[in-house]
Amino acid sequence: MSSTTQTTEAAQEAALHAIDAHGAAEAAGMPQLDFSTFANQIFWLVVTLVVIFFVLSKIALPRIEAILQARQTRITNYLSTAEDMKQKAVEAEAAYNQALADARTEANKIVAEARAEIQAEVDAAAAKADAEISAKAAESEAAIAEIRAGAVDSVKAVAKDAAKEILGAMGHKADAKTVTAAVTARMKG
Amino acid sequence: MADQSAKQGSGGIAKIAFFVVLAIVMVSGLIFAPEHAGLAIHPMDQFQLAPLFGGEHIGTFTPTNQTLWLVLALVGIVLLMVVGTAGGKEVPTRTQSVAEMAYGFVYKMVEDVAGKDAVKYFPGIMTLFMFIVFANFLGLIPQSFTPTSHIAVTAVLAMTVFVFVTVLGFVKNGAGFLGLFWVSSAPLALRPILAVIELISYFVRPVSHSIRLAGNVMAGHAVIKVFAGFAAALGLFGFFPILAISAVYALEVLVAFIQAYVFTILTCVYLKDALHPSH
Repeated sequence: MSSTTQTTEAAQEAALHAIDAHGAAEAAGMPQLDFSTFANQIFWLVVTLVVIFFVLSKIALPRIEAILQARQTRITNYLSTAEDMKQKAVEAEAAYNQALADARTEANKIVAEARAEIQAEVDAAAAKADAEISAKAAESEAAIAEIRAGAVDSVKAVAKDAAKEILGAMGHKADAKTVTAAVTARMKG
Repeated sequence: MADQSAKQGSGGIAKIAFFVVLAIVMVSGLIFAPEHAGLAIHPMDQFQLAPLFGGEHIGTFTPTNQTLWLVLALVGIVLLMVVGTAGGKEVPTRTQSVAEMAYGFVYKMVEDVAGKDAVKYFPGIMTLFMFIVFANFLGLIPQSFTPTSHIAVTAVLAMTVFVFVTVLGFVKNGAGFLGLFWVSSAPLALRPILAVIELISYFVRPVSHSIRLAGNVMAGHAVIKVFAGFAAALGLFGFFPILAISAVYALEVLVAFIQAYVFTILTCVYLKDALHPSH
């Protein structure tokens, strides 16, 4: 029982001390409102701010600006290079297509030429063959005509001879002229 | 198969180790809990200025703990913006790309909010942004000091902006700058009343501008300190406030950036008003 009382007394004492300490701190109030330190605070703050301002405006900010600008320039350059390359690619494609079209035209031309040449050769050969054939045909016709003429003459001669012989056998004196005329007339008929 | 079981084994060991550590923490909390620490929460002590090299008196030029963290903010900015960009590579290193991102972020903000003709004030705005961001984030390190939690600091920042913008407004537009207070789109009868309101709101700008930043930073830090005091007082159940501290800390990380952003974008808005005062 007595030990409990002692503890309580000790506790109360400690609490009082604590309140005393608290009160002492309270006496100072908010350190923010202790005007005696203001001159000190303002002085050091202004010094710090001035130094920060000069460090930033003379060194840091121009440097960062330069870095950002360099990067921007490089990006712009890369973009324009890319644009150029794209343009070149488009041009190259156009040139390729042009070359392809040219080659196709050229090929067509060559094919047409070759065809024309071959056609000409074929025509020439055909003409030559035709000429030869007609020459041969003419020759043959001439030969046939000759043979035919020969045959007619022979028939005439045979007919004259036969007519003379027949007339002689029948006792008529055959006049050569008359016989010939008669034979010719008959053969015509 | 053996591999898998080994993996499972190590996972099991890690789990057991975790629970053992948790148990030790709880038991030690039970044994070593300061029984009456609950009354000894001093959330504002962390904002106390103290001379850096001993002594009691803080003169105008005495380096204090605040001076140390101002200089550390400066060192951080130099490391990021100067050393980090030293190579000047077109394909950036990690640090350089962070510096470039910060540059692009603020530059775009100035351009979009304040207009193209405000770009020549970009270094000043960048100084404000970088300083606040670094001061805020360095202030999130435990045991550190946060210069931006002091109204003297944020007031200097806000007053610099206010005075600069006001002078610039009159230099650029002459008396035309007063058109900022004369709402020509409102009915004529209302205009004098609106002019008074506009004038008051104009002079309240630096106050809200500075208190917003200092208040946000201070409140977050104080809340964390209060929860830390709870954690010490609660002993076994100290992990509830610790969870709360984790949550508030996450919020603080967000606030550290957002307040820097808000301060900067408001500066841009004021700058726009100075350059183009017509409504």
